[in-house]
Formats: sequence, structure tokens, C-alpha cells
Amino acid sequence: MTQLATLPGIRTHRPVVQPVRRRRRLGPGKQIKLGAAIGPVLLLIAWSIGSATGWLDPRVLSAPWTVVTTTGDLIADGRLQSNLLTSAQRAFAGLGLGILLGTVLALLSGLSRLGEAVLDGPIQIKRAIPSLALLPLLILWLGIGESMKITTITLGVFVPIYIHTHNGLRAIDSRYVELAETVGLSRWEFIRRVVLPGALPGFLLGLRFAVTSAWLSLVVVEQINSTSGIGYMMELARTYGQTDIIIVGLVLYGALGLLSDGAVRLIQRRALSWRRTLAD
Amino acid sequence: MATHTGGLTLEKAVEVRGLTRKYDDRAVLDNLDLSIKPGEFVALLGKSGSGKSTLLRALAGLDYDVVGEGDLVVPANVSVVFQDSRLLPWARVLDNVVLGLRNADERGRESLAEVGLAGRENAWPTELSGGEQQRVALARSLVREPALLLADEPFGALDALTRLRMHVLLRKLCAAHQPAVLLVTHDVDESIVLADRVIVLDEGRIVAEEPIELAEPRSPADPGFAALRSRLLDALGVSL
Repeated sequence: MTQLATLPGIRTHRPVVQPVRRRRRLGPGKQIKLGAAIGPVLLLIAWSIGSATGWLDPRVLSAPWTVVTTTGDLIADGRLQSNLLTSAQRAFAGLGLGILLGTVLALLSGLSRLGEAVLDGPIQIKRAIPSLALLPLLILWLGIGESMKITTITLGVFVPIYIHTHNGLRAIDSRYVELAETVGLSRWEFIRRVVLPGALPGFLLGLRFAVTSAWLSLVVVEQINSTSGIGYMMELARTYGQTDIIIVGLVLYGALGLLSDGAVRLIQRRALSWRRTLAD
Repeated sequence: MATHTGGLTLEKAVEVRGLTRKYDDRAVLDNLDLSIKPGEFVALLGKSGSGKSTLLRALAGLDYDVVGEGDLVVPANVSVVFQDSRLLPWARVLDNVVLGLRNADERGRESLAEVGLAGRENAWPTELSGGEQQRVALARSLVREPALLLADEPFGALDALTRLRMHVLLRKLCAAHQPAVLLVTHDVDESIVLADRVIVLDEGRIVAEEPIELAEPRSPADPGFAALRSRLLDALGVSL
């Protein structure tokens, strides 16, 4: 017997109010609009307050607005554009060569036991040596010109590309290999239809590391006897104590790094749209 | 060693003589003989470990590093349907269907329409249900017009209702394309509904063989169906 339902004041029917679209309980939560900008903007505000109140000595760190006007001056006399162009050319040349080298080596070593035996060991050894530690040797071999700079960037780039592509390639499910055999794919079709797309998530992860590494190497090589590039511009500014120009260079490096990482992530989203992941 | 020859006699789609396969000296297939006529639908029943998958893999040419002997003649054009749909997740449905074929998009579309998936050509495999994925796998097999279709528990991972629908679809497709079929299953009812002949494998030998001559549509309500089922269960060592 349920007396409860007849008692006054007691609700027997509790309406269930639920949003139509529920969030995944174990997901990271709702997308925040322009979420990536919040941190940098807070930093900029702190910097502005520090400069305005005089708490930051301009000889230590120029004010944001000084940096903006200096940027304007540098653009007006064309120095910024020409140095930026030189730096970008170096970075992209090294990046392109490194991507090519890393991918080819990963394929050779991932698709054949002989390739792996010959290549994997030396690359792992190379990986243990920081790229910048090779600089003295590279300067002796190649001098201080463009070829040394691009070679250094290439050597820094190909390692993450190789490691992640190779890893992605080896992680391809053997069931797909079996499928490829039953439908009679040739070796080339197998590489194109199964291996490359299967290794793509790994490759793109490697690309993100590679891009960061390209800019890092660029900074170092541009401060060694350069006569052009953002790094040269900053070195010159150091000798004259122009913190504003140094900041412009830093902002440029940062912007370039962010932009290129964003570009890789965009490629990632486009190329991997078939995947369903935690963040979806 | 297994020999795969393209030469196909008119009377036989599959001819197996004295096939033996061993893992660690334990014979998984023991001097097995089997022949399948063109267009014949054979279901292969057996407990786990009876050697039924080993036989299928031998016919598919997927048995590497296995010790064995015997003669094996299969057609040049063999298609395999696996228990999982085994679609490439990074290729759209149509590209999965025509994988490895040249200029076959039109045939691929027709094949998808045949399995009831017209209009889903550009979907990603992960957007499809399990039953739909397995239908894509069927389309991928049939677009190759195989002389022999090998199916390794293709409906094992599907729910009961979807499985019944797939049975109807598979019968329709086989009637249209007329491949010889070897279906590995552990579902006795499935084998009776689908096959022209049911073979029971135990410890690498054929222990029972039943031609199915039931009136269409085959129904479990048919007394002949029940008798057949109990004979097959008997051969499988399951007593009711």
C-alpha cells in the first residue's frame, strides 16, 4: 500500500529537467570561446600595468607601446620585412629538408627489417646528441654561411619527424596488413592506402615538435656571425642596448612559432577528421 | 606446402586433399579432404580450436610460418570477410569498397546499393553502425566478383536482430553473384538457414556432413530443421 501518494504536500512526480545535449562526463569540459587567447592577454595586461606605473625600468623591459612604435619604425624603413623574410626562408628550407629526410628514413626503417637494422641505431644516437652540440663540427665543415644554418635546422627537424612517423607506422594494426594482402594490394598501393594514412597521426605529431625545433635552431644559428635575419637584428640591438628591438624580435619569434603551430594543428584537424577522440 | 593455383576445374571451386597444419607438433588440421562446387554454400561448424579458422586461413593464403602439407586448389579470385569489418578508418566508405581496384567507383556504388547503403559513399566508417560496417565489408568482397567467398564468423559481433537481417541479405547476394562460399560459424541455426551443406570439424577432421534440403523459406518451426539441428549439435558434442 502506498499511502504516500495521497498525502497532501508530497510530490510523487518529480519532473526531470535535463539539458538536451549532455556533455561527456569524463571529457575535458565545454569549449571556451577564444580560450587560447586568455593567458597571453593577461600577461600583456600585467606588462602594461608594470610599465605605466614605472615599476618596470624601460632599460630592463621597454613598455608595450614603445615596442609597438619601434615595430612601426622598423616596418617603415623595411628592416623588419627583409630580416623576417631571411629568417622565414632559412626556417622553411630547413623544415622542408628535415621533413623529407625524416619521412623517407622512417619509411625505409619502418617497412624493412634491413632498413631498421641499418638506420634506427644511428638515428637514436643522433637523437641523444643535442642538435646544437653539433654546431662546432658543422661550422668547421660548412663554414658560417647559409648551408651551415640550414643543415643545423634540418638536423633538428628530421629527428622528431622520424621518431613519430616510425612509431605511427609500426603501430598500424596488423589486421590491416592482412586485409591489404587479401585484396591483393601491390607494395606501392599498400604504402599509399594503408601505411601513409595510418602513420599520418604520428607524422603530424612529429611535425609539431619539428616546427618548434626549427625556430629554436634558427635563433641559435642566426646569432652566430649573421648579417641578416631576426636573430642578427636582435644581436645588433643588444650591442646598442635597445631592449625595444630585442622585444620586437622575441615577439616575432613567438608569433611565428604560434602561427606555425596553429597551421600544423589546422592541418591535423583537416587530415584526421576521420578520428573520434576524447576532445570531440 | 599450400599451393595456390589459378587453374580452376569446372566441377570444383575448391579442392583440398590431405591438408595437414601443425602448431607445435599438434595437428590443427589432420589430413583433411574437402571440395566445394562452384556456387555451393558450405557452412563449417566447430568448437573453438577445432581448426575451422585454420582451414579458412589456409584457403585464403593467410597461413604463414605454419608447418603443414597437402594439396590445395582455390580459384584465383578469392574474397575474405572477417569477423570485424576491417574497414580502413581513414578511408571513406566508397574508397574502402574499391580498395585496390582501378576505375571501379561506379561498380563500388552499385555494390553499396546492393547492400542497402546507397548514399553513404562519403561517410567515414566510424559513422556507421556495426551492422552497416559489416555490410560495407560484404560490398567490398562482392564488388570483386569472387569465385570463392571466405567468411570467418562474419556476423559473430552483431546483435541477434541485425544478424537475422544479415542472413537474408547474404542469401540474396549469394543468389545474385553465385560465388562458392565457405562460412565459418559456431551458430548451428545460422549454418542451417544459410548453407547448402554443413560440415562439422573436430580436432582437425570432418566428423559430420549434412546436406540441407529443407523447403524454403527455412524455418526453425520445420520438424526437419529441428532434427538437423539436433544431429549437428550431437556432432559438436553438445547433448540436449
